[in-house]
Amino acid sequence: MNEIAAAFGLVFQPYVLAVIFGSALFGLFVGAIPGLTATMATALLVPVTFFMPPVPAIAAIVTATAMAIFAGDIPGALMRIPGTPASAAYVDEAYAMTRKGQAELALGSGLVFSVIGGIFGTIVLMTAAPWLAEFAIRFSSFEYFWLVLLGLTCAVFITIDNPLKGVVALLFGLLISTIGLDNPAGHPRFTFGVIELLGSVGLIPMMIGMFAISEILRFSVSMEGKAQVVGAAVGNVFRGMWTLTKRYPGPIMRGNVVGTAIGALPGAGADIAAWISYALSKRFSKEPEKFGTGHVEGIIESGASNNSALAGAWIPALVFGIPGDSITAIVIGVLYLKGMNPGPTIFLNNVSNVYAIFIVFLLANLIMIPLGLLAIKAAKQILRMPRDVLMPIILLFCIVGAFAINNSIFAVGVLLVFGVLAYFMEENGYPVAPAILGVILGTMLEEHFVTSMIKADGSWFAFFERPIAGVLGVATLAIWLWPLYRGMRTRAAR
Amino acid sequence: MKINDALVGAAIAVLGIAILVHIQGYPTIPGQKYGPAIFPGVIAAGLVICGALLIRTGLRSGTPLVTLGAWMRSPRHVANFLFVLGALLFYIVASDWLGFVLTGMLMLIALFWQFGVRLRFAVPVAIVATLLVHMLFYKLMRVPLPWGVLQSVSW
Repeated sequence: MNEIAAAFGLVFQPYVLAVIFGSALFGLFVGAIPGLTATMATALLVPVTFFMPPVPAIAAIVTATAMAIFAGDIPGALMRIPGTPASAAYVDEAYAMTRKGQAELALGSGLVFSVIGGIFGTIVLMTAAPWLAEFAIRFSSFEYFWLVLLGLTCAVFITIDNPLKGVVALLFGLLISTIGLDNPAGHPRFTFGVIELLGSVGLIPMMIGMFAISEILRFSVSMEGKAQVVGAAVGNVFRGMWTLTKRYPGPIMRGNVVGTAIGALPGAGADIAAWISYALSKRFSKEPEKFGTGHVEGIIESGASNNSALAGAWIPALVFGIPGDSITAIVIGVLYLKGMNPGPTIFLNNVSNVYAIFIVFLLANLIMIPLGLLAIKAAKQILRMPRDVLMPIILLFCIVGAFAINNSIFAVGVLLVFGVLAYFMEENGYPVAPAILGVILGTMLEEHFVTSMIKADGSWFAFFERPIAGVLGVATLAIWLWPLYRGMRTRAAR
Repeated sequence: MKINDALVGAAIAVLGIAILVHIQGYPTIPGQKYGPAIFPGVIAAGLVICGALLIRTGLRSGTPLVTLGAWMRSPRHVANFLFVLGALLFYIVASDWLGFVLTGMLMLIALFWQFGVRLRFAVPVAIVATLLVHMLFYKLMRVPLPWGVLQSVSW
């Protein structure tokens, strides 16, 4: 009980509340501008949070991402361009509603059901994470080895149409993670005499490069003309929301549950949650023929889903240090910087900070209602902001942000290299998320792998001897062998 | 720019083999079988296998070795791309002696100009944006951004 009181004390301070308010506006802005994503918002926030105490630092990221995921719906409805990839699934639907004169309903349901989804995901996070942590505290290196491998496996196989390219991206990320001194013998690996590389490639500059610089490059070569904002003045967006809630309780709940679950799966985040929920909504709808013509049902379900995914992604991130999406991938780096090392012990050593994160989650979702409304009202002004001006300024911000982590110009080089690399990876169908997860989890995977190998004295059998490790191991292997099995069956059928 | 899988696959396989050769020189931990070489070794083996599979799919696909994106035939877009890279390189090379304020302003003006923003608008925005970023990071967050030639007038 004392911890909860302490957590409230940590959050309800003028400084923290001001940070939450500021990052909410920042998140709404970034989310509403097409081409700027919630992950990019997080990457840009890291250098700023670097100089804050733990709670406001985390609060800034939680608030900004929640706002950005909702705000992505705004240009979707008004311009037919998703503000963030998480809104892409239902952009056509929302735009069709606007054309029918229902912009209010589209934006209102985006807002209201984002809030509901976000709160649902938070409640699951609050209940599931401590429970899982109690369970996880008994894990040995074998369980952790399989858990990390299972997470990486999910990232490769569940979300990607070409698993081979996913594996290549993952291996590449793991390879990057081996650079530097951080290994069993403290031997400098792949540093080629470069002193800066002894401490490994900086994670934050790398991520700013992969998520922001690549986006700027993509903007610079985009050949699409300027899109126009349609729709007249938006009236009362809350009208009719209660009716919708009563009419679609099933889809709302399904969106909440699916979103949280997909969020918790490593490698898959809000964007994939929205796609899956939209598809499920259509599949189980009583009126599937209306989908695509400006029907609100799919927006409700996937709008709830993408916001609940945000909180879901924090479950494995806090309990195991395994990020559930690319945002929490960055968050884990921040947690380490702030001395809140993720893992089951975070619920023993940092309880009030963890409770403070939960409170911030709830708070962020609640203030989304007034601030989201404000963003909808100001949408035309925000969307008029010329991207030709915005992108160079973001580039400058990225440079300073990368530099600020270590005060070294080397980081700007890292930014450049990984920005170009991520651009070409995406051009050629190599997903970026498994590479990032590989870099983040590589050290952990190696540590548990080598420890387990030493304990087992090289016997692979020992990796399956403990019950939980055995289950996790079999599950991991099954996911790897499934495509092979399917390939063989189709070949046999021929 | 799309590169044929076979070409990427060959590069990845070569990288894998190079790592396998390189890690032979890694030290072992006395009395233990598993040292700093084993993990990169497993990754490298994976790269070789994936490289081989990519070569196979690439050769079967029958697509050209390199397919240029549509933007690569538009001089303006190629220049856009090069300007973004150039801006980063310029910052790396110049920021130390020119200082953050001047480098930032020049970089922004060049990019605005290339993206077709009117100079009447671009120059003041570049100056204000650079000064704001400088204030935020140098003053508020105490990041030691370089002053360069402006050292004598630093504020």
